[in-house]
Amino acid sequence: MSTVRSWEGEGGKRFRLGYILAFLAFLYVPILLLPLFSFNDAIYVALPLKGFTTKWYGQLFANKVLHQTLWNSLEVALAASLISTALGVFAAKAFTRYEFRGQRLTYGMVMLAMILPEVLVGISLLLCLNALGIPLGLHAVLFGHVLFCLPFAVSVLMSRLEGFDRSLEEASLDLGESGWMTFWRVTFPLILPAIVSSLLLTFTISFDEFILAFFLSSTETTMPVYIWGQLRFPQKLPEVLALGTFIIVVSTALIVISQMVRGEEITHAR
Amino acid sequence: MTVAARGATAPGTMAGRPRVSRQLLKTDDMKGYALVSPALLTVLAGLGAPIVLLVLYSFWTQNYLTIDHTPTLANYITIVTHSIYIPVYVRSVAISLAVTLTTLLLAYPVAYFLAFDVKRNKIAWLIVITLPFWTSYLLRVFSWKLILGYNGIINSGLKSAGLIDQPLEFLLYNPVAVYLTLVYGWATFAILPIYVSLEKIDRTYLEAATDLGDTAFERFWRITFPLSLPGVSAAFLVIFIPTIGDYVTPAMVGGPNGSMIANLIQSQFGKANNWPLGAALSVFAMLTVTAIAMLIVWATKRMTERIG
Repeated sequence: MSTVRSWEGEGGKRFRLGYILAFLAFLYVPILLLPLFSFNDAIYVALPLKGFTTKWYGQLFANKVLHQTLWNSLEVALAASLISTALGVFAAKAFTRYEFRGQRLTYGMVMLAMILPEVLVGISLLLCLNALGIPLGLHAVLFGHVLFCLPFAVSVLMSRLEGFDRSLEEASLDLGESGWMTFWRVTFPLILPAIVSSLLLTFTISFDEFILAFFLSSTETTMPVYIWGQLRFPQKLPEVLALGTFIIVVSTALIVISQMVRGEEITHAR
Repeated sequence: MTVAARGATAPGTMAGRPRVSRQLLKTDDMKGYALVSPALLTVLAGLGAPIVLLVLYSFWTQNYLTIDHTPTLANYITIVTHSIYIPVYVRSVAISLAVTLTTLLLAYPVAYFLAFDVKRNKIAWLIVITLPFWTSYLLRVFSWKLILGYNGIINSGLKSAGLIDQPLEFLLYNPVAVYLTLVYGWATFAILPIYVSLEKIDRTYLEAATDLGDTAFERFWRITFPLSLPGVSAAFLVIFIPTIGDYVTPAMVGGPNGSMIANLIQSQFGKANNWPLGAALSVFAMLTVTAIAMLIVWATKRMTERIG
């Protein structure tokens, strides 16, 4: 009780700030070990640090297999983000604009992948593809990623469409534009920030996704599956650390952009 | 962010239009389904049909290399009677509940800070706090293996400081390591739903409570906390569901005594090669998760009703 008292109210403000800083340290210190040791001149990740080197990054750039998996991951993530966002735009519009019978059930179905543990999504898809005789590979991973990304795209897009002035669309229709042209010239530009943010978010989710790719990728691996395989070999470790650092930098940039685009909506949630 | 968006777009808040006439409703039905159909068909094909197949599989049996399609409860009986399966479920639920409660406790003050203390640069704070979550999950889990490992950071640090001679072996490959790593992996995810519900609280309620003589603590306990319960319950589900089904963390830092449901299921589709049993284990997991999730939703409803 007294701990609650101490962080509630004006007097606890400094206490809360201290807590936040400790929390941030807890979040950042472990992950920052990767970049730190990626420049360390030793195979093993152990203290004390041995010396500065960039040779692990050199190995990284010379690794042909890695380039192929990077390319696989980029392809899948790009396609998954485009498809799930496209599906999401129409679904979000249906949920926010129209009241139709079975709407709740439909909404539940579309969001299902978000409330199912991912491993179950992967297993069921694996069984299904196997029963249909469809071989595994990147297209199977892509399909899984579209399913997994769709609920995220729908949420992002719905939050934008809900706070959106419908009279703008009505005005366009009254002035004689067709439904399609109204969508293209009025709705689309207005929800563009949400579309960009949905694309970046789903791209990042797909690029980072491991379980579905692990079950569905077969021999064409994506980046996380490749990393998973490399972690078994101790001598590959420094290279993985360098790769991890690279991924952290890129995904950080993508997420910062995505959040800045959407930022206004979050803070005005009230 | 996604969770914020999810909180804001609960099905109950969907656009409610007055029912003007049957005719218009009909066209609304058609328009709604026309727009949602590409997404809906994708989900039906990619999730609906596969889950039906999963349930069917769970009633079949593996007959050496072929599948026996005679419906039977044999797999479920195996799960209940063999001493290896149920303990893994119990352990998974226990670890996942502990992780969920810990992350909620850790996240609440952060959400409170964001909602009430931060006046400027909210976006910057949100980005800084949620950023680590979006960097590779695999690598974040792996960072704990580096910390706790036999030759890891803690052991090598203590050794070079002269505090220990032999590496401490109890750090890695046990349920506690899984718990710690999962808390680390999901801590940020609980913040957003709670933040959104705190942010929505009408500040005049708080002023009224203060004017009527409530202390800061009473005000928190009687107004702020109850009004944030929907966010807390959303956060609970957002953490509980993925952690109970997590494969990576138990596989990486759990060892044989720290394995969880997903590892059990995966092994039936891999090494053990008994897909029907794996399917039954999956269905069992789905039922467990659904039951706990419904319990949480029901409990939140009861609690908020009592307050209202």
